Amino acid sequence: MKDPAWRAGRSLIPGALAICFLLAVIGGSIASLLALSGSANPFRLLADPYIQRVTSFTLLQAGLSTLVSVVIAIPVARALHRRRFPGRGFFIRLFGICLVLPTLVAVLGIIQIHGKNGWLNHILGYFSLDAGHYLYGLGGILLAHVFFNMPLVARGLLQSLEAVPAESWRLAQQLDMTPLQSFRLIEWPALRSALPGLAGLVLMLCFTSFVVVLALGGGPKATTTEVAIYQALRFDFDIPTAVALALIQIMLCGGAALLLLGRGHNPESELALNRKLRAPLPDGRFARWFDGAFLLIAAGLVLPPLAAVAVGGMNDRLPEVLQDPAFYRAAATSLAVALPAGMLALTLGTAILFTSRHLAIRLYRTRSARLVENTGALILVVPPFVLATGLFILLRGYTDIFSMGPFLVVVINGCMALPFVLRVVGPAFHQIGNERDRLCRSLDLRGMNRFRLAEWPVLRRPIALALALSTTLSFGDFGVIALFGSQDFTTLPLYIFRSMGAYRMDQAAVAALVLILLSFVIFQLIERGLGGRKHA
Amino acid sequence: MLEITALRFDYDAMQMAFDLSLGSGQCLALVGPSGGGKTTLLNLIAGFDRPLSGTIRFDGVDITALAPNERPVTMLFQENNLFPHLTAADNVGLGIHPGLKLTPSDRDKIDQALKQVGLDGLGGRKPGALSGGQRQRVAIARSLVRRRPLLLLDEPFSALDPGRRARMLDLIQALQRDSGLTVVMASHAPEDALRIADQCAFIRDGMILAFTPPSDILVEPADPAIRDYLG
Repeated sequence: MKDPAWRAGRSLIPGALAICFLLAVIGGSIASLLALSGSANPFRLLADPYIQRVTSFTLLQAGLSTLVSVVIAIPVARALHRRRFPGRGFFIRLFGICLVLPTLVAVLGIIQIHGKNGWLNHILGYFSLDAGHYLYGLGGILLAHVFFNMPLVARGLLQSLEAVPAESWRLAQQLDMTPLQSFRLIEWPALRSALPGLAGLVLMLCFTSFVVVLALGGGPKATTTEVAIYQALRFDFDIPTAVALALIQIMLCGGAALLLLGRGHNPESELALNRKLRAPLPDGRFARWFDGAFLLIAAGLVLPPLAAVAVGGMNDRLPEVLQDPAFYRAAATSLAVALPAGMLALTLGTAILFTSRHLAIRLYRTRSARLVENTGALILVVPPFVLATGLFILLRGYTDIFSMGPFLVVVINGCMALPFVLRVVGPAFHQIGNERDRLCRSLDLRGMNRFRLAEWPVLRRPIALALALSTTLSFGDFGVIALFGSQDFTTLPLYIFRSMGAYRMDQAAVAALVLILLSFVIFQLIERGLGGRKHA
Repeated sequence: MLEITALRFDYDAMQMAFDLSLGSGQCLALVGPSGGGKTTLLNLIAGFDRPLSGTIRFDGVDITALAPNERPVTMLFQENNLFPHLTAADNVGLGIHPGLKLTPSDRDKIDQALKQVGLDGLGGRKPGALSGGQRQRVAIARSLVRRRPLLLLDEPFSALDPGRRARMLDLIQALQRDSGLTVVMASHAPEDALRIADQCAFIRDGMILAFTPPSDILVEPADPAIRDYLG
């Protein structure tokens, strides 16, 4: 009898199907857009002054946002690494919240703090000061992007600082290094290995940032490629311009992705909050002030908008919103879109991981395995609007836009969440492969038995986390829905956006608070319900 | 009788070729530098890796094309021999039924096996509540209930302190004599080979450079490569 494990073909099928699906989505949409631009050569449009202005603004805001995020994040990460103070864990958790907070909600919080009638201007008003209108335009975009990305970078850097072995610090003490020397010899090398990847990620997030620029960008002067694609499609239906912008966008994101892929990525997803050892550095008054100042800056940046979301939602519009049937329809629609999208992401992710693991541990094709997984993350490089519009054009002969909207939102949100699934589930998947595959094969653990006894106990929690993450991401997402939303197809974020557009800020704030609470409930239900109680 | 003939395998850039034959009921120690091919040879015998060419025969039967679970083989790994969420008894039980559908008489067999390896009464514990040596004893108990005549050991005791390691080796030797097991053991400690092995193979660069009783090559080796390895 032949060893079934060597029937390689069968184990390659799931991943191959998932990759084909992705490539069909990406290739099909780009091809249909290119076909429709017809005689108008999108490449010639690259010389168009409007497109050039948009491109240079995109580069400018992304570059500045990344720079400011990194410059603040380095001292903040060092301070969090070196200091133990009450609320440190809370601080780190707040940073985590910034990463998962629906963008639109955060933007609303930022407007409530920094807007013309925001808290900050009110407080300054008591002292007869006026900060002016700094929120709309480049300033506001920078502020919002730093709000999202500084915590991301700081957490990433903190992780690599905590990975420095304790012996390095003991050695530094033994050799009597000055703080500057130990920074140069110990901390900086650790930070430097993580920085390009983090910077690449932030660049990419700023290139593709949509809501922030849509809400805070002012007119044609402060528009990025992502928003310009949306405008070209939604208002002008100008396909050639959209395609030209999409090509630029793909190049920008591709460049940022190279930064990301060039470096070995950090498979660790959990951050240790209570590591015993911290940098035992000789500590002067200046160092304490320096660390304290940056922690204050970080707190001042992150805390108020979060507080505004929590407090701002408790206004007198609350009963009115809670009696609005449109609000409930929007919430139900959001859920109806988010769950299938999360399932799609999880299905694609596990299929890809199944095949890449087979390639890596049975066939020793580690490079092919890496390639398969990286293809799964390829989707990040293509703007969602390009995918949505391309698919729409591709399929419009078969059905009408109203029935297609929900389908497209599910497919694209699902694809967009795929990289998260790969990151969250991947390490556990490969760990089982490396540690248990030979044991399972020698004991003839196959099929359901293998799943039940070997895979599920280990995969359960990461899978639950991945599904919770991708579902809540989709639940709070305001992207493709902006293109396909209508009176009959409105999600909660679109409801909030419409309220903001009509200057009903209180109504938006209530809905935003509910959105957060619902996201939290969904996340907990999936993570606890599917993942089970925490056990050792 | 374990007969390995012209077995070829490529691991990255290294081309490996193995030939050996070992009498049934004997114990063979594989020694040599790490990365030399000891584990690969065990993987090939166990069926985890598929050779490019050559044959593996056990008691006259060609097992080269069989799946790992169809071979007359149990392999003990350096670590991760147990599933952490299952009790010691269930981990042993997997050797009887991979879906853990166990009859009362199966349970008796499991208790018996645990007793044989000196873990009487510890069947209800999970691996996390056992010491490193006890965990490997559970894995040995499982190999007992599987009743496969060929036992492969991939340095399963290297993390134990010398006294424990010696007792584990003695346990292996006792089981080997009781059940007539054929044992192939990879080890980086020459004294392990001297303690229980009947034969010793020195493996380097994917080749068996010497195949003799252990005292011949480990006590006063003539070969400069082996002298260099022993230091």
